[in-house]
Amino acid sequence: MKWETVIGLEVHTQLTTQSKIFSGSSTAFGAAPNTQASAVDIALPGVLPVLNKGAIERAIKFGLAIGATVNRVNVFDRKNYFYPDLPKGYQISQLAKPIVEHGALAIQVDGVEKTIRLTRAHLEEDAGKSLHEDFHGMTGIDLNRAGTPLLEIVSEPDMRSAKEAVAYAKALHNLVTWIGICDGNMQEGSFRVDANVSVRPVGQQEFGTRREIKNLNSFRFLEQAIDYEVRWQIEQIEDGHAIQQATVLFDPDSGETRMMRSKEEAHDYRYFPDPDLLPVKLDEALIEEMRAELPELPQQKAARYQQDYGLSAYDAGLLTQSLAQANYFEATLDALGADVAGAKLAANWMSGELASALNKAELDFAQSPIAPASLADLLKRIADNTLSNKLAKEVFAAMWAGEGEADAVIEARGLKQMSDSGAIEKIVDDVLAANPKSVEEFRAGKDKAFNALVGQVMKASRGKANPAQVNDILKRKLAG
Amino acid sequence: MALSPQDILHIARLARIRVTEAEAETARGQLNSIFGLIEQMQAVDTKGVEPMSHALDVAQRLREDRVTEPDRRDKFQAVAPAVENGLYLVPKVIE
Repeated sequence: MKWETVIGLEVHTQLTTQSKIFSGSSTAFGAAPNTQASAVDIALPGVLPVLNKGAIERAIKFGLAIGATVNRVNVFDRKNYFYPDLPKGYQISQLAKPIVEHGALAIQVDGVEKTIRLTRAHLEEDAGKSLHEDFHGMTGIDLNRAGTPLLEIVSEPDMRSAKEAVAYAKALHNLVTWIGICDGNMQEGSFRVDANVSVRPVGQQEFGTRREIKNLNSFRFLEQAIDYEVRWQIEQIEDGHAIQQATVLFDPDSGETRMMRSKEEAHDYRYFPDPDLLPVKLDEALIEEMRAELPELPQQKAARYQQDYGLSAYDAGLLTQSLAQANYFEATLDALGADVAGAKLAANWMSGELASALNKAELDFAQSPIAPASLADLLKRIADNTLSNKLAKEVFAAMWAGEGEADAVIEARGLKQMSDSGAIEKIVDDVLAANPKSVEEFRAGKDKAFNALVGQVMKASRGKANPAQVNDILKRKLAG
Repeated sequence: MALSPQDILHIARLARIRVTEAEAETARGQLNSIFGLIEQMQAVDTKGVEPMSHALDVAQRLREDRVTEPDRRDKFQAVAPAVENGLYLVPKVIE
């Protein structure tokens, strides 16, 4: 039987506010335990939450960026459960009337574009942290994170493979960092993914029973966890077992998912509107203010790159994978005084040499040791034929190694491309004289002999002869 | 609708309240009388009335995003039953 995978994601994004969602405590990461936990955050009796405008503003921006409905009236509810890192005994969240509903995000997988619909995005507070190391048989609680604003972004079950899920998670990560509502730091837990996964026979309309994989904090784990879970579910069904709804955890060491709780143990959260908080009413002025603050979005930028610079959809997509990348591209173009050819050249070099060097060094474009203006100087030497593509790669490697700017490297290493036709003709004459056999073979109709001669000329010039000129001169001389 | 004794025990467990059978029975009577009150109110015609999530018909005020709370950990932890290295200690919980 052929199986189809169905995936929906819930992503918790930590918002970039200075202070918490319901108190004036700092949200800075890494402070000493409980030094950023106020009376509200530790839930002393009699305290009241006071809603942070910054959290509302960021949620509005997100809603506008995905073309969603921003609910002019939205309501906070209490989600009740007991755990020591949630001292109130309830989490303040939004259930029936979230701030954002609907909207969509486009993803690309293997060159095919697909739209993933979003169900909703709601504001809520984060819990604290439980430290299960040994404190004489006790658990240590740090409430610094308690009350940090989160926007939980829920997708429709529109993804059909782990690859699509990763593409969606990456697109979402790019968008929330691009518009500045989340720092995207996955190690620090600023962007956490839960995946709802089920399988069904191809052609079946109804969804299979899903299991939820909790708290995936890297794109690689997301892909591994879904791949494992899908294989496991198919095996179970083919062995005659029904899938039971459950929450599971992914263990990166074993690469397996394991049951955290079954449906019978599922929480009964008894949501109800929080009487401490009034309905939030958004006025149009605030929404328009947020709209005006939104930068040009990744997809808009990609469309403009295609239109203005004739880039392919693929290239434009690569350049808008992150704001840092797009900024680097635009700064390079500024320094290059670019036309369409320059833009294409810059795009190729950014996606080629530079991207692979950055990747190897685990740096992003904002951290590139070669600044946009320096890359532009190198590209100028390609455009004016000083450097062949091959020599340019050598210069690039030297620049990466810290040997200086392009012109200095070319000078120091004597890498200028030879475009003096007199000098090239002399080399060609020498090569023809030294290789009578190749010349004969060429005249006898062996095209391969021509390439051998080109190779000899390039070698004799130590790679510096302009290849196009070498071709022309060789052809002329052999014909004559 | 009326609550059964099992409902009461379930609700008590969710709320982490230990109740004796007699207490559960008392609570059942009280809660069921609240349901009775709700039933009376169901008779009111609310057609065309927008449901409210709060008794007050006003909007939430928003606070500017500024850090205003100082570190008062020492004061808070002075009244906590057990602390260590700045952490609050609680009976061991295992996920």
